[in-house]
Amino acid sequence: MSAPKLSPLDPTSIPAAAAASAAGTSTTASTAPVDNELELVTAARAGDISAFETLVNRYERKIFRLGMNITGNREDAEDTMQEAFLKAYEHLPEFQGNSRFYTWLVRIAVNQALMKLRKRRPNETSLDQEIETGEDSFFREVEDWGPSPEQRFEQSELQGILSTVIGELDPSFRIVFQLRDIEELSTEETAELLKLSVPAVKSRLLRARLKLRQKLNRYFRRSENQ
Amino acid sequence: MKCNNLIEELSSYLDDALDPALRADLEVHLQKCKRCRLVVDTCKKTINIYCNSDPVPLPDDTRSRLHEALKLKLQRAHR
Repeated sequence: MSAPKLSPLDPTSIPAAAAASAAGTSTTASTAPVDNELELVTAARAGDISAFETLVNRYERKIFRLGMNITGNREDAEDTMQEAFLKAYEHLPEFQGNSRFYTWLVRIAVNQALMKLRKRRPNETSLDQEIETGEDSFFREVEDWGPSPEQRFEQSELQGILSTVIGELDPSFRIVFQLRDIEELSTEETAELLKLSVPAVKSRLLRARLKLRQKLNRYFRRSENQ
Repeated sequence: MKCNNLIEELSSYLDDALDPALRADLEVHLQKCKRCRLVVDTCKKTINIYCNSDPVPLPDDTRSRLHEALKLKLQRAHR
C-alpha cells in the first residue's frame, strides 16, 4: 500500500474524506469535513491525517498556554506542545475514549511540562512541599473592580495582563490553578496527575486564586481605569 | 464566622461545595462585611476571566516548527 499523501498541515488544504480515502479508509460523510471530536479521533486512528491535523489546529493554542503556565518558559512550552502532539499521535491506538480526547491530551502535556520544569529547576520545584503563606496578606488590595474587565480592555491587552500575572505566581500555585480552573479538571484528577493529596490541591488552589486576585487588582481596580 | 474563616472556606464556597449550614453562616458574614464581599466578587471575576479568555495566538515561527515536526512524524509513521 502506498503512503498516504501528506497535506501541508493546513486543516483546509485536504478534505477529511480525501485524506481518509488516501489512507484507505472511509468517512461517515463523504464530502463534509469531520467536526466532532470523537469522530475526528476515530478518523485519525483509522489513518486520516487531516483529522489529526484538525485536532492539532483546534488545541495547539491551549496546549501552548498550558506549557507556558506550567514551565514559565517559552522554549519549554514549545517543546511541551510539540512532544504532547507527537506522543498523542503515537499513542492514539491506546486512547480508549473513556475521557475526552482533549483531557487525555492535557494529561500527556502536563507530564511533559512537569519533566521540563523539574529539569530546569531541580532544586526549586517540589510540588508537594509545604508552602508558607501569611493569611493576613490576602486582605491587601481589596478594592472594587467596577464593570467587568473584559468590557474595559482590548482582548490582546487582557491576554497580556493575564499571562504576565499568572507567570508571577510560584509554579506550585499556577500549575494547580491551570489544571483546576483553566482546564477544569476535578480536584481528584489534579491530585492524581500532580501526585499531591486532595487537601494539598485544595490549599494551593485557594492560595492561587487569592494571589491572582490580588495581583490583578492593580490592573482592574476601578480607580485605575475610570 | 470571621474574615479569616471565610478565606479558609472561600474556594469551597466558589465551587459550590460547602455544606448548607456553613454556606448560610458565610453568607450572613458576607452581608455584614464589605471587604469580604469584595474579595469574593473579585475572586469570582479572576476565575471567570481566566476561564473565558482565549489563549494568545501562537507565534508564527512556533506554529511552523510544530507543524513541521508533525509532518516529519506523520511521514515516518506512514512510510
